[in-house]
Amino acid sequence: MNQIELKNKLSEIKDKLDAIEQKAENRIYLTCKAENACAVNRFLLEDIGARFCVATGIDADDCFEIIYHYSYDQTGCCINIKAVISDREKPAIESITPFLPAAEWAEREIHDILGIDFKNHPNLRRLILADDWPEGVYPMRKEIKATNT
Amino acid sequence: MKKIVKKPVIAVGPFHPLQEEMEFFQLTVDGEIVTDIDMRLSYNHRGIEKISESLQFDQVPFLISRICGICSASHPLAYVQAAEEIADIKPPERALYVRTIINELERIHSHILWVGLAGHFIGYDTVFMWAWKYREPVLDLLEEITGNRNNYGNVKIGGCREDIPNEIKPRILKELDEIEKKMDMLTKAVLDDPVLHARLKGVGILSKADAIKYAVVGPTARGSGVDIDVRRDDPYAVYSDLDWNVITQPEGDVFAKAVVRLLETFESIKMVRQALKKLPDGPVTIEVKEIPPGEAVGHVEAPRGETFHYVRSDGGNRPVRHKVRAPSYVNVPSFKASCIGEKIADVTITLAAVDPCYSCTERVAAVDSRSNVIHDYENLLRLSREKTEKIKEGKK
Repeated sequence: MNQIELKNKLSEIKDKLDAIEQKAENRIYLTCKAENACAVNRFLLEDIGARFCVATGIDADDCFEIIYHYSYDQTGCCINIKAVISDREKPAIESITPFLPAAEWAEREIHDILGIDFKNHPNLRRLILADDWPEGVYPMRKEIKATNT
Repeated sequence: MKKIVKKPVIAVGPFHPLQEEMEFFQLTVDGEIVTDIDMRLSYNHRGIEKISESLQFDQVPFLISRICGICSASHPLAYVQAAEEIADIKPPERALYVRTIINELERIHSHILWVGLAGHFIGYDTVFMWAWKYREPVLDLLEEITGNRNNYGNVKIGGCREDIPNEIKPRILKELDEIEKKMDMLTKAVLDDPVLHARLKGVGILSKADAIKYAVVGPTARGSGVDIDVRRDDPYAVYSDLDWNVITQPEGDVFAKAVVRLLETFESIKMVRQALKKLPDGPVTIEVKEIPPGEAVGHVEAPRGETFHYVRSDGGNRPVRHKVRAPSYVNVPSFKASCIGEKIADVTITLAAVDPCYSCTERVAAVDSRSNVIHDYENLLRLSREKTEKIKEGKK
């Protein structure tokens, strides 16, 4: 698939997406609601054959965002799926690890640092926080300030 | 009454005396065979992503060089490329060449370092001594250019901090000739050695399907026949202007990964030569005023694989989010595929084969449930080395 075919292919899942943006020649950003994230991830993985790079969790003040980063190595295009979780009290999203084992650590890390619950994750243990880190304190939320400032 | 089956567990880590970062592996074993592996990491979590949010855009590269002492050119480059994309900055041509040269020198010294460590792990300390001796001149070159043997801090948004003076070009070329000759000798010695064949071939196989399943990157992927390399697939700096090859091997065992790294060293030498020859005149940096609101990803082929950074700006002078993903983050989980079914003595080299960033100290306590012998790290290393010795004697 070249770049044009890739873009055409992406429009097949338009109904699950809120926006498709191309911010640079080789960078595509898809935005979707949390409930559609699984379907969009599955489409990128199985129908397009993109390689999962990592997922980023972001505290975006009024909501949480999970960005799933993929690389489509045939054209070198980075495709990013931005899933918006609007519930700040009990943030949750369906896990993609059951069909994408490579995402296990990324989801566990986001669970640690932002307190987002990944439903149906097979192994949502702590990954990066220490054993004696207090429960319910999520270091990458905006209300926690780094001490060196 | 139901019989409770106790499975012996061998703990590898969290402190590791040979490599750079702390990781903890629990190997469930049945006799000599590993039946399951569990990993814990982040003993060395320093909160760099959080600290990065409190630093100004131009300070961040110096922080993230410290993520890894060996990949200290790749991480800042990935970040800087993301920041430059947000601000739509095109660094000067010469800076792109300097970045390429530094990154390839880094790959040369990192791959040689790995070959030495791999030799050490299996009890071939001659390889270790040779390799590390040949690595030294590369570090000297990097020090001469950037002022530091590691943590170069040379790349910045809009260009490079230090230029490569034209006067030292002949010296770099001369050193490269020397390194190439020595690496040629070392490569032949390693690739033709029957003991190393017996010790590394067919060990710790990561199949192509598993490599894709775990989304591994770098020499770990290329050693399993997955033909990916960011330098070719999404070219940055000046890689698209240079003539070089992506090295792949189909076997997926430890030997294949060693071959990929050794041959990549020659490709890197080739690239540095070409880049030096083509190095254009001009400045290496331009003035950067501000980073506007926006987001971008940057990825770079580090010696261990793709380093991935995501940066978001709100128009202020600090990033609001900076995500870092090092290559070992995706390579290490593939141990689940490559270590299970292996013998304990082979696990050391299989774990080392992806060139993970471990830590500087390791503690190993292995209890043999049958004889109640407690193995420590020294003991396991001895087991690994004895196996090499046995194979050596059998060959004689």
